[in-house]
Amino acid sequence: MLTVKNLRKEFHGTQILKGISLEVEKGDVVAILGPSGAGKTTLLRCLNFLERADGGEMDFDGQHFQLDRISRKEIAGIRKKTAFVFQDFNLFSNKTALENVTEGLIIARKMPKAQAMEIGTRALAKVGLSDRLDYYPDQLSGGQQQRVAIARAVATDPEIIYFDEPTSALDPELTGEVLEAIRELAAEGRTMLVVTHEVGFARNVSTRTILMEQGQIVEEGSTKQLFENPREERTREFLNHFNKE
Amino acid sequence: MSERLIGILADSFFKILIPGLTVTIPLTVLSFSIAMVLAVILALVQFANVRGLRELARFYIWVIRGTPLLVQLFVIFYGMPSLGIVLPAFPAAVIVFSINEAAYCAEVLRAALEAVPKGQMEAGSCVGMSYLQIMRRIVLPQAFRIAFPSLFNCLISMVKDTSLAANITVTEMFMATQRIVARTYEPLALYLEVGFIYLMFSTILTWVQRAGEKRLATYGGKRR
Ligand SMILES: Nc1ncnc2c1ncn2[C@@H]1O[C@H](COP(=O)(O)OP(=O)(O)OP(=O)(O)O)[C@@H](O)[C@H]1O
Ligand SMILES: [Mg+2]
Repeated sequence: MLTVKNLRKEFHGTQILKGISLEVEKGDVVAILGPSGAGKTTLLRCLNFLERADGGEMDFDGQHFQLDRISRKEIAGIRKKTAFVFQDFNLFSNKTALENVTEGLIIARKMPKAQAMEIGTRALAKVGLSDRLDYYPDQLSGGQQQRVAIARAVATDPEIIYFDEPTSALDPELTGEVLEAIRELAAEGRTMLVVTHEVGFARNVSTRTILMEQGQIVEEGSTKQLFENPREERTREFLNHFNKE
Repeated sequence: MSERLIGILADSFFKILIPGLTVTIPLTVLSFSIAMVLAVILALVQFANVRGLRELARFYIWVIRGTPLLVQLFVIFYGMPSLGIVLPAFPAAVIVFSINEAAYCAEVLRAALEAVPKGQMEAGSCVGMSYLQIMRRIVLPQAFRIAFPSLFNCLISMVKDTSLAANITVTEMFMATQRIVARTYEPLALYLEVGFIYLMFSTILTWVQRAGEKRLATYGGKRR
């Protein structure tokens, strides 16, 4: 469903992504692990065109794109079929929880308001926030904000959802509720690409895992294989490091 | 205080206040409204980096902020007629005050736009909104909140600056006062009186600002 070939990105002459290729099938939950500075965030941002890649190709939803030459219109088309959950939530701070969820439906997709409200209400109920519809982001805890962000992502029924360390900005006692919401999406068969430092979560929830380092993919494979029988020495080291903690 | 002076002050209070209500306030409201529209445009073309227009906006702000308001009033009212453009005093004043205020408000707004976290824009594009949709529904409303106190400051300054319009024959409060002074020879009492009326206007605006800021302090600040 999503295929990326040889994605490259540099900042000020430094190669940050040195030719990333990956494939995501419908229903896959792909975890991306890797040390800080590996380029995980940059990769996700390139996939949703928050950064423009310097080269590479993408096949998405049956269409082929040249990443460095893609047009605004094509980007807009792709974004209507994807969603992004940010590390620091990025809820619209001048909109209520419900409005945050319906904005993309009513404004971007011209859905009738009543229908959007219904979808939004349902999406927020699913993440356990039925009683917070009219709250503004600054009236919600971090975990609640991130759950609103997840509801916002799901409401548009995207083909794929990108998560960039969805729990990293949260106090430890709040990560559980957010991981639980993502786990439920996985159970429903949502296609997701999740950058995370929660190795345990990656192991338990993802179907495939990618390990990145210094702008390259070190190893990728089914989660079971990668955790139980890694091919690369570097993967073993990385996982051992976490097992020790 | 002599009875005569009290009589003059009491008598002139409404003679000053009425041009205040019929000239100073309309002049301020009209000019400030036009200025806001211009300011939004000037701020947006800079923020969005629209080439050509951005440089034009910078030039406009540079010139307007770099020259005295009084000079601008004189150029438009006394200068333009030599080009065959004769404007009545009130419209001339509205034009100058709008143009002048726009330059200052534009800078306030541009700074406020830049203060809106970048993630707001990114989140908007990720839910599929267009640049203009994001600006209109997400970024501008937040920028206005950030800019609110400074914009109100501009408004309060403007109320007082309208007294300069007396120099181009607009009969606003200050001009009205000057006329009474010419008749009664009580400059100290009367200029203090008009100062007091300006102070009243500013005080009311300060209250409005406070109330506004309280409401805008946080989104949905009612709860919690
Ligand atoms: N806008 C930018 N300009 C310049 N350099 C950047 C920019 N964004 C990222 N980088 C650099 O790219 C590298 C990869 O950054 P990235 O944020 O993608 O890493 P990451 O794997 O997400 O790390 P973390 O786990 O800490 O979030 C870093 O060295 C970073 O300094
Ligand atoms: Mg990151």
